[in-house]
Amino acid sequence: MVHKRIRSFAPVLVAIIAVMAAASAVSVSKNQITPANAQTAPATPLKTEAPENAAAKSDDGALFKPVAAVLRHPRCMNCHPRDDHPRQGDDRHKHLQNIVRGPDGLGFVNARCNACHRDENNEYSGVPGAPTWHLAPLSQGWQGLNDADLCTTLIDEKRNGGKNIEALVEHMAHDKLVLWGWAPGGDRAPVSTPHPQFVTELKAWASAGAPCPKS
Amino acid sequence: MPTSFKVNGQPRTLEVDPETPLLWAIRDELKLTGTKFGCGVALCGACTVHLDGEAVRSCQIQVRDVASRNVETIEGIKGNVAAAVQAAWIRLDVAQCGYCQSGQVMSAVGLLSQIPKPTDDDINKAMDGNVCRCATYQRIRAAIHEAAKTISG
Repeated sequence: MVHKRIRSFAPVLVAIIAVMAAASAVSVSKNQITPANAQTAPATPLKTEAPENAAAKSDDGALFKPVAAVLRHPRCMNCHPRDDHPRQGDDRHKHLQNIVRGPDGLGFVNARCNACHRDENNEYSGVPGAPTWHLAPLSQGWQGLNDADLCTTLIDEKRNGGKNIEALVEHMAHDKLVLWGWAPGGDRAPVSTPHPQFVTELKAWASAGAPCPKS
Repeated sequence: MPTSFKVNGQPRTLEVDPETPLLWAIRDELKLTGTKFGCGVALCGACTVHLDGEAVRSCQIQVRDVASRNVETIEGIKGNVAAAVQAAWIRLDVAQCGYCQSGQVMSAVGLLSQIPKPTDDDINKAMDGNVCRCATYQRIRAAIHEAAKTISG
């Protein structure tokens, strides 16, 4: 049974603020001149271009940025680690109980995903669920990647299970496990961008030839 | 709506809400009380049973999930792996209060059935979901290694 309870706006607002704060932090760290850099790279000007202006230059892959924002949401990213540990929560801590990827992305002996995760959220226990609950393969590990690497990893058919751009859009528009991110149940915050908006942004990026940012 | 499945090899049909957790069907309907309720939220492992040979948390699995499938509980486990585990558990006097031990044994049997000679790392990964508040973990580990020796001859 899909969780149908009407959500308070507060958790969504908190998630939006958190995403904005995180984006701000990334922006600062990118532009910061470290003491080491200061010795070897004199007078590097800080970029002050507003995100809106950057987005207007679609040829530099800016169309991917709203897509990346969704992919980086904990509901998506927690199952796309670059190591053997699925993550939990908005703080992305390692899955309790020493749960690991296992040989097939479905967990280790006795700790298989479907030992606890069913095909739907468990409203009593709070354990999340959706059809084909599993960890993304290591080739689709996204954690810690910048926009450019995230984009190239996503569209590389050798690493994404042979999906062309059309298949990627289809996957993110209709796959039930992907859609779980917008109906995660319990106290989990759904992906901040509404799914219809995400699909529109995704298709705009795909229609432009799926350009990737340079950084 | 009736749901039919096998429990410890015996065909059973239950007239319960298909959303009922398997744990309560096992304990309340079938009176197999060896499987314990610990946390109810998949965090402790006390309710571990085997579903088609794989360890699962019966507090999370619902009756509709097990239709036409095979459930094995602590009352029904048998075979050389189960015998080796039970013997090692008794020989090393693993249990203290014992409440978690049916889940521990089910997980140990599940592990040794798939990895007959587990390393400590294998044991950590396979048994970490079974909590013991008496902290019998070292004896559990030793008993699994001992059972592994028995199995391998």
